[in-house]
Amino acid sequence: MSVLSKLEETLICLKAGRVTLPYPAEPSPPPQKFRGRPIFDASKCIGCAGCANNCPAREILVFDVCQEIRILKYLGRRCTYCGRCADVCPEKAITMSQEFENGTNAIGDLQQNLELFMSTCQRCGRCFPEPSPLEQLKMKGYRFDDLQNERWIFRSRAYLDKDATVDDIKIELD
Amino acid sequence: MLKNLCQKMFGRSLWVYHANSGGCNGCDIEVLNVLTPYYDVERFGIKLVGSPRHADVMLCQGPAMRSTAQALKRAYEAMPAPKLVFAIGSCACGGGMWFDSYSVIGPVEKVIPVNYYIPGCPPRPEAIIYGVAVALGLVDKKTAPVQFKQVEMPIPRYHPEDLRTEGDLVVYEKLEKV
Repeated sequence: MSVLSKLEETLICLKAGRVTLPYPAEPSPPPQKFRGRPIFDASKCIGCAGCANNCPAREILVFDVCQEIRILKYLGRRCTYCGRCADVCPEKAITMSQEFENGTNAIGDLQQNLELFMSTCQRCGRCFPEPSPLEQLKMKGYRFDDLQNERWIFRSRAYLDKDATVDDIKIELD
Repeated sequence: MLKNLCQKMFGRSLWVYHANSGGCNGCDIEVLNVLTPYYDVERFGIKLVGSPRHADVMLCQGPAMRSTAQALKRAYEAMPAPKLVFAIGSCACGGGMWFDSYSVIGPVEKVIPVNYYIPGCPPRPEAIIYGVAVALGLVDKKTAPVQFKQVEMPIPRYHPEDLRTEGDLVVYEKLEKV
């Protein structure tokens, strides 16, 4: 009886053939709708920080160096690839790529750092007001997220009073 | 250096211990998926063992929680000396979506040293195999930090202090550059 069952098992195995994927030797593309690592396109980004305000894991940090330059830092450590940043981006500057082979020995390899030019009015030095529904997502004024400790600070306005690193802050406060 | 050490120390096979310190079980299922015949990670000599005392590698899933941090540390200390730690999933790599809640300490690296990171929520089984293959030196890692810098300002800044009165006219000194 047991010999027969073994024979049967062998037959089943022969019928199934070889199922193991030869993975690291050959690529195995993910399905079409797979969301991998988000890729930030600096040429399209307008620096509205909608992605930073919408990220559930607080992985996108925004820091205003001066009136014209805004640093956007994507850390990618605890990113769950939910695609909310790509969904909210008005310029489609963020694309969810199909990259999933992100195994690395240094966590800093996943970072993306964008230094963006924010166009301002030549006369008053303020940013242009944008009449769009995206304004609801915006935080007014400067943002000073903590780039050293990689922390997202919600109330950026609270930092304006004590360390005014930029002279133009007074203009921006309303 | 770490790679050479890896090849020297773990030349034949890695025995992995699978430690979940408060994850949602998603990464656990992917890790067990890797051990099935479909992905068959045993062709690299990787075997799942039940005790950290038999293991070379610890696969960490889930963030370091207040309640499990001590147990995780003890499991790490119980492993024999040439040991590696893999952080699998976004919780273990960075603390997860609830990184700032009261019961979560943060990423696993706050409690034990982590050697390799495999992000994803959960990572695909292929991604886990890729991370292990990077550790074994079979493939090269693909990720690298991206840095974009604005070297040249598209519009120069208007400086009111460069305005100069010449009789009736007001002259902006840097007008040519604008």
